[in-house]
Amino acid sequence: MCGTCGCEGDAGVRLTTLPDDAAHPHPHGPSGDTGRTVVLEARVLAKNEDLAVRNRRSLAGRGIVVVNLMSSPGSGKTTLLERTVRELGVQWPVAVIEGDQETHLDAERIRATGCPVVQINTGAGCHLDADMVRRGLEALDPPDSSLVLVENVGNLVCPALFDLGETARVVVMSVPEGDDKPVKYPHMFRTADLVLINKADLLPYVDFDPERCARQVRSLHPAAEVLQISATRGDGMPAWYGWLRALRPGLLPPG
Amino acid sequence: MHELAISQAVVDAVRERTGDQRVRSLRLVVGRLSGVVPDALRFSFELVAEGTPLEGADLVIEEPGGRARCRSCGTEFGTEGLVVLCPCGSADVAVTAGSELLVRSVEVA
Ligand SMILES: Nc1nc2c(ncn2[C@@H]2O[C@H](COP(=O)(O)OP(=O)(O)OP(=O)(O)O)[C@@H](O)[C@H]2O)c(=O)[nH]1
Ligand SMILES: [Mg+2]
Ligand SMILES: [Zn+2]
Ligand SMILES: [Zn+2]
Ligand SMILES: [Zn+2]
Repeated sequence: MCGTCGCEGDAGVRLTTLPDDAAHPHPHGPSGDTGRTVVLEARVLAKNEDLAVRNRRSLAGRGIVVVNLMSSPGSGKTTLLERTVRELGVQWPVAVIEGDQETHLDAERIRATGCPVVQINTGAGCHLDADMVRRGLEALDPPDSSLVLVENVGNLVCPALFDLGETARVVVMSVPEGDDKPVKYPHMFRTADLVLINKADLLPYVDFDPERCARQVRSLHPAAEVLQISATRGDGMPAWYGWLRALRPGLLPPG
Repeated sequence: MHELAISQAVVDAVRERTGDQRVRSLRLVVGRLSGVVPDALRFSFELVAEGTPLEGADLVIEEPGGRARCRSCGTEFGTEGLVVLCPCGSADVAVTAGSELLVRSVEVA
């Protein structure tokens, strides 16, 4: 398959702390369509989109904000989450869902901060989907009005197509990756509400033009915000926390 | 890559309607801006369809091109990519077509 990831849908997906349950509804059987041509006009991803809508509705009803963090491997998602749960978690209950193909390493890093965390291992899969997140949320059982940060599998391609039912989508890129990532991975960046340019502490050493990068992001999604941060040194954290706080339902305009 | 997940979703969506009936061919719509590569989809479909009533079915793939509309001046135009600039110079452009990902119809035996 795809030489870099090799996603296999749901095959081999594992969720820690939850027993494997294959008990989702799966309507079967012919429904009288015996003619030669059966017209479907069905969205291919309808099932995921319906599950995402359900997630979104139940989370909104409980005032829970869910943020989907996506990036290429190693951009600094887990480092950012470690700092965020430590610094923001004192004012706002925070929980984390970690998605990786294998290992519990990232979940262990989050657990070390004392934050509730669930690890989803996708096996051969290269992205989280709405059903995995539903199961993750069930296992986490976050309190009303809390924040749930979801670290998607490190991959700038596949997660772009899968709505998780999140409140907002964030793409983390980092200075050493180069400032042309947005135009190289347009599907990912066009769905981003916020783009974080991480490892800003390396700007003096790397040929990276933040303004050029921001222009590319806006050419794909004019409403996207772009912030420079350093997850290790702490640059830009107040702006990031401010952006997160603005997602809280109380602050959103009605409707 | 995600084409395997997409193929699985196609097989599931079809079987919800046609159950165990043998499927001879499928007509899909994969827009040029959908992020799904038709060749990769064909390859992964073959793997996923194996052992199902869709095994060996022909895939007919429509690939509608991209279209966009400028929010500044209202012009509509065709586009090959997602990085779109209106002839008027504005980058505030909405993609209006080309992102489709649909199962249009199937032929059953
Ligand atoms: N200089 C610098 N290094 C950073 C920064 N943020 C993260 N790193 C380093 O980048 C490496 C990868 O960081 P992670 O947080 O594990 O990245 P990730 O995106 O979670 O990686 P995956 O989960 O494997 O996709 C580590 O060595 C971090 O210390 C930063 O702001 N500046
Ligand atoms: Mg990580
Ligand atoms: Zn892939
Ligand atoms: Zn994938
Ligand atoms: Zn224009």
